[in-house]
Amino acid sequence: MSRAETAGRVSPLWTFGLFRSELLTTFRRWRTLALLGVLAAVPVLVGVAVRIETGGDGSAGGGGGGGPAFISQITNNGLFLVFTALAVTLPFFLPMAVGVVAGDAVAGEANAGTLRYLLVAPAGRSRLLLTKYATVMAFCLVATLVVALSALITGALLFPLGDPTTISGTRIGFAEGLVRALLIALVVALSLIGVAALGLFVSTLTNSGIAAMATTVGLLTTVQILDQLPQLHALHPYLFSHHWLSFADLMREPVYWDDLTKNLGLQALYAAVFGSAAWARFTARDITA
Amino acid sequence: MGEASATERDGTRPDGTRPDGTRPDGPHAGPVADAGGGDGDGGGVIVTRALTKRYRGGQLAVDGLHLTVPAGSVFGFLGPNGSGKTTTIRMLMGLIEPTSGTAHVLGRPMPRSARAVLPHVGALIEGPALYGFLSGRDNLLRYDAADPTADPRTRHARVAAALDRVGLTAAAGKKAKAYSLGMKQRLGLAAALLRPRRLLVLDEPTNGLDPQGMREIRTLVRELASDGTTVFLSSHLLDEIEQVCTHAAVMARGRLLTQGPVAELSAGARGRLAVTTPDAADAARVLKEQGVADVVVAEERVSGEVPERDLAEVNAALVAAGVRVRGFGVERASLEDAFVALTGEGFDVAG
Repeated sequence: MSRAETAGRVSPLWTFGLFRSELLTTFRRWRTLALLGVLAAVPVLVGVAVRIETGGDGSAGGGGGGGPAFISQITNNGLFLVFTALAVTLPFFLPMAVGVVAGDAVAGEANAGTLRYLLVAPAGRSRLLLTKYATVMAFCLVATLVVALSALITGALLFPLGDPTTISGTRIGFAEGLVRALLIALVVALSLIGVAALGLFVSTLTNSGIAAMATTVGLLTTVQILDQLPQLHALHPYLFSHHWLSFADLMREPVYWDDLTKNLGLQALYAAVFGSAAWARFTARDITA
Repeated sequence: MGEASATERDGTRPDGTRPDGTRPDGPHAGPVADAGGGDGDGGGVIVTRALTKRYRGGQLAVDGLHLTVPAGSVFGFLGPNGSGKTTTIRMLMGLIEPTSGTAHVLGRPMPRSARAVLPHVGALIEGPALYGFLSGRDNLLRYDAADPTADPRTRHARVAAALDRVGLTAAAGKKAKAYSLGMKQRLGLAAALLRPRRLLVLDEPTNGLDPQGMREIRTLVRELASDGTTVFLSSHLLDEIEQVCTHAAVMARGRLLTQGPVAELSAGARGRLAVTTPDAADAARVLKEQGVADVVVAEERVSGEVPERDLAEVNAALVAAGVRVRGFGVERASLEDAFVALTGEGFDVAG
């Protein structure tokens, strides 16, 4: 009987089957595609705005002025649109998108009732949670790459490309500039794993996907505000968003690693703390939805 | 509903083919049974002992449940809504941790052995739940991917077979959100049938189906049962239980009132004498004279409790009084009569 042969054996690769299914399910949701669409539109908007602002006179933006990092250099070199776009989306758009996807990961399935069927399949609670977290992290990477690619294409179309100048003032080759851009995108994606873990934890607390998404995005905003209050200076190094913009240090020559490692360490800490909390909650929870 | 024909009630239920579920577990002795050691309760596929669930609010949902589901049975789990059926099913499936007591499924403790037990169990719990933005086929592919013991190489073939079995092949490519309630119910059933199962747990499987759909589901349940699959079927429809089940248990307010073979359950309640006649008023009078208690007149049908005396005399008395008797007989007690006898109240279908 074929059943007797297959029933008892568990392929060590089965988790990847579930992971693949999870990825497909996540990226086929309209909401996910809409979020990626919004993220792709941001660099286009920034690029067009800069192009219109500096249109005609060809003046090379110069040094001063406000605005996000690197914005003044875009007219000289379209590559800088990548850095600007990431600096613009990292404080809010990117973590918001991650918060929505992470918040919905478990709570949304509970809300739709599909969670009980996954568990009865049986997906296994720890493995399902791990799969969910891996998928949210994959979304972090994809979202960041969407912003970077959209920015690169927009920058190439609207502005000249050339060897970029680092913050330290030295010139590096265009190829190395591209490598640095990719590296920055990776660091930005890694900067989001703290929010992802937080969102996943919130997601295990409720049966309402909307509530989990709103809570996660609300927490994100709160943390951003707290990070602005000088009175709470002592608290700042522990807020997950505090070192986010340190990715700019990758454009120094030589690269300044201090804040970068602090950022990644902090994200790892958040992932460990909220990942464990999510696990403790999800494996002990009564599934009543 | 309307299909509850008397003939089906009176004999064609497949009781004879499966005497009290004592059939040997032979062809289905899978790895779980081998590893499970001795089933202490004579091969009970589901065995609970003092199973209790108290929710955090203090509400006692299930109270000291001792349930034994024999292997090979079609087991009806009856009770009004809110009687603790679904909480029990969730505990059996490892979704909810019992407050106290034990539950064994296929000889193994739940929820501890969920990973070993559940691949052999197909379940439909509180209606189907689907990904609306995925097609019916993709929904099944996803659920199958969640089962670690399901072979990915045969996945597409098994999904196609399950869709075919519930008659959804033509609609397999449609988005699930465009499905009617009945189609969703069938897709949920298909998910339970993705692999050969030793136990099927079906919570209200005919909910939302039209009479034709209900008949199809019942036929399917009988087919599966004749293959030897144990079917645990919860319902608030007494007709349904009577038509397809060999065994039943009745719950009310978290407690188990009774369990056993359906024939025995209904035998516990007494049948009623029924007379069909155009002269209902005269018939009622004569029946009362003959010592028939609780006489009820409903248009051309007069019924009452079966009297102690010979029924032939009762019939003769009716004829002698000029009553035109068109039908005369004792109706077997239904499960509903048994339920009323047990609880002293009607079966609240609306619940």
